[in-house]
Amino acid sequence: MNKQVSHVGIAALVLLAALIVGTTYWQTWANAGLANRQDNEIRLVAQFSIKRGRIYAADGKTLVAANVATKRGSQTLYFRRYPTGPIFSDVVGYSTQTRNRTGLEESYNDYLTGSNANLDTVFHSALDRLRGATVTGNDLVVTIRPSAQALALRLLRGKCGAVVALEPSTGRVLVMATNPTYNANLIEKHFALATRTSLPCGAPLVNRATVGRYPPGSTFKMVTAAAALDSGRFTPDSPFYDPGYCVEYGKQVRNAGNPEAPETFGHVNLSTGFEKSINSVFCNVGKALGAGTILDYAKRFGFYSVPALELPGGERVASGLYQHGRLYDPKHPDTQVDPGRLAFGQERLAVTPLQMAMVAAAIGNHGVEMRPQIVERIVAPGGKTITHLQPDQLGRPIKRQTADELTRMMELVVTGGTAPLAAIPGVHVAGKTGTAEIGRGNIHTTWFAAFAPAEAPRVAIAVVVENQLNGFGGTISAPIAKQVMEALLR
Amino acid sequence: MSTASLTYAGFFFAVYLIAHLATRYAVPFADPYLLPIAGLLTAIGLTEIYRLNPRDAFRQGIWIVVAVALFAATLFMLRHEYRRLETYKYLFGFSAIALLLLPILPVLGLTVNGARLWVHVGAMRFQPGELAKIMLIVFLAGYMREKREVLAQGRAKDWGPLLVIWVLAMLVLLETRDLGGGLLYYGIFLAMLYMATARIGYVAAGLGLFLVGAVGVWKVTPHVQDRVTIWLHPWTDHKVYCPLSGHLDLRQNCQSFQLVKSFYSIAAGGYGGTGLGKGTVTNLNGQQIIPDLNTDFIYSALAQELGLIGAAALVLVYMIFVLRGMRIALLAEDGFSKLAAAGLTFGFALQTFIIVGGVLRLIPLTGITLPFVSYGGSSVVANFLLLAGLLLISNRANRDLLR
Repeated sequence: MNKQVSHVGIAALVLLAALIVGTTYWQTWANAGLANRQDNEIRLVAQFSIKRGRIYAADGKTLVAANVATKRGSQTLYFRRYPTGPIFSDVVGYSTQTRNRTGLEESYNDYLTGSNANLDTVFHSALDRLRGATVTGNDLVVTIRPSAQALALRLLRGKCGAVVALEPSTGRVLVMATNPTYNANLIEKHFALATRTSLPCGAPLVNRATVGRYPPGSTFKMVTAAAALDSGRFTPDSPFYDPGYCVEYGKQVRNAGNPEAPETFGHVNLSTGFEKSINSVFCNVGKALGAGTILDYAKRFGFYSVPALELPGGERVASGLYQHGRLYDPKHPDTQVDPGRLAFGQERLAVTPLQMAMVAAAIGNHGVEMRPQIVERIVAPGGKTITHLQPDQLGRPIKRQTADELTRMMELVVTGGTAPLAAIPGVHVAGKTGTAEIGRGNIHTTWFAAFAPAEAPRVAIAVVVENQLNGFGGTISAPIAKQVMEALLR
Repeated sequence: MSTASLTYAGFFFAVYLIAHLATRYAVPFADPYLLPIAGLLTAIGLTEIYRLNPRDAFRQGIWIVVAVALFAATLFMLRHEYRRLETYKYLFGFSAIALLLLPILPVLGLTVNGARLWVHVGAMRFQPGELAKIMLIVFLAGYMREKREVLAQGRAKDWGPLLVIWVLAMLVLLETRDLGGGLLYYGIFLAMLYMATARIGYVAAGLGLFLVGAVGVWKVTPHVQDRVTIWLHPWTDHKVYCPLSGHLDLRQNCQSFQLVKSFYSIAAGGYGGTGLGKGTVTNLNGQQIIPDLNTDFIYSALAQELGLIGAAALVLVYMIFVLRGMRIALLAEDGFSKLAAAGLTFGFALQTFIIVGGVLRLIPLTGITLPFVSYGGSSVVANFLLLAGLLLISNRANRDLLR
């Protein structure tokens, strides 16, 4: 019988050995995949047992994201509270139990939870874990100026739109405001309330500054003029004759204004065409340059690539021509794109406020474009700064001379052109208005892009406001830009 | 470290000392490994239960005292000649059936988690199936020892009593929906039949019959279908009908939620584990994530806190127990002792496999206790009696060897 007993014994041992194999599978092979599952409460508890790093505004004092410690049974959990309510929601995002993280809470999660690979942090959090102490994350300081940010939101009240302000020489994002917005404190328990808005455009959770795609209208003339001057084909004094329209494909493309009696300027030069925003002038520039050249310059300014801002990938989009809701990069632009309409910013162009602010900033910074950045510094729990913002040059889309000529043309827009309401006493403001038709009668998307002071700009800005009946860039958006710039220059 | 936990440790040590002295006195030649292993496993279980729910640990402590008392009593009563038990094999067989039937009785019976396995008198609850297992093994060992030659020839007359008790046991298990128990008893039966008759064909036929029976039961029993579905597809991407709520829901939020949460718990352990008492067993609202954590799912709590290293070590401890048990069967001189020792040991191993394998998704999950570790009075008592049996057999075998 002993032979059979050994057989049964071996069978029993094989069964038990299979348990070790099974355990190994779950604890090594399947481990990572399971840790990321949404319904994994252990992961959630681990996440909320960490004292997340706080987030401060640019002044280093205004607390934007804080923690509230809560005792649940034997464990202390830390939940987020956003002391500034809706003012920083679109930049900071939220971190809650039931929803995916957004904003910097998502893209800087590793730093905020102390799980980034920085040696200093790794050492500290490993020690904390060993001692069973609470792991504390790193604090963030963002580049957003709290008072200007609040002002921008106040100015947007009752409107749908966005304001983006950059520091041209460094790329710091000084203001990133979008309306309608939401109160991040309501996301967890009152999601329906947080996402409610009385504005017809809806979508308060969307950061219009980085994902809002708007027809740029005449603000795009900054790109077209840059291409015209930089390519050497035109100078600010190049002469044009404006009969009130431009002929394209045998048809008249009329200037803005009453369709029956469009504005007519007669003999002008390129600079005046820019100052008065004459469509026929830019239509002719476009025809002369070709759509390919204009799109090339747009790409130099960063169109067709998603801006490398520190927000999560899903919260940024590229600007450019859009067709059927997708970015459209034509293979043969000179035959596939209408150059005249492209030149004054209609065609199928869709541009984010961030991209437009980047164009203005690059012109103001003498042709050098800086990467927009929103995180000023990261501070370890001990108070030691791990990293601080390093200005990063994206490239030089246009020559210095082009930028300076364009700056003078943009100054004329404010001093004698379409944007007198953007003038700031004692400061030279350079800007460009935009009033884009959206195919619904007199309802426009109004733009203003600018920088100041013109000679050595400390701020570049783009303001967009949606769905303005009989509204114009110069009357709706320019005054908002002026006040925000004033606040930032103070 | 609290006074309470130190009191538990001291108390546990005292109980273990008593068990040790009883063993030294009653069965001095017995295998020296088994009692320490049982003590280790019981201590691990009690620690984990205390960490999860101190009140359960108190009850478990009382049951351990009862179990050790019965263990010592059994050793003393049977220390001279346990083989007398063989004479009463039919009594054991029918007692086993009677015990299995108890939960079906209207006043005594109690249904927990879809299986009617419990007997309660007042606040006392007991799972008689655990004891029935040991009695069945004694019956099978006695009967098969007597009839092994004729069983091997396959005459219908000799198979009669075996099949009668057998079919009764299976019917009772089907009635009580104790799938884990059914699998366990069937496995023990086949293993013992193989050892007694040396006919591998019986095992093959038995496995074939098991498959046919399993498919049949699966076809007619929604409860079983449910278990298999959970096993094959614990997660769904789309909402499916949830029989618990009557609404559509993801399966991981419905029938399979305990199993899925248990996977998360095991996976969270990684290589080193979180350390005993430091794992996450409650969710953000402070509720226990896995309701049956200290019984069916105690392995997933241990795996999280001890990690792969600790969990593998735990399984190795079970393997050593099985090795020692099989060694006793090999050394025993008579057929009854061999069959009983091997049957008890194989039952111990198979039970461990059924519950841990279920938790690890190697097989469909069926509720059954992890020997010595899970919370449960009947389980502790039954396993200490099983231990007593093995010690009695090894005492005799070693004594004969030394002579």
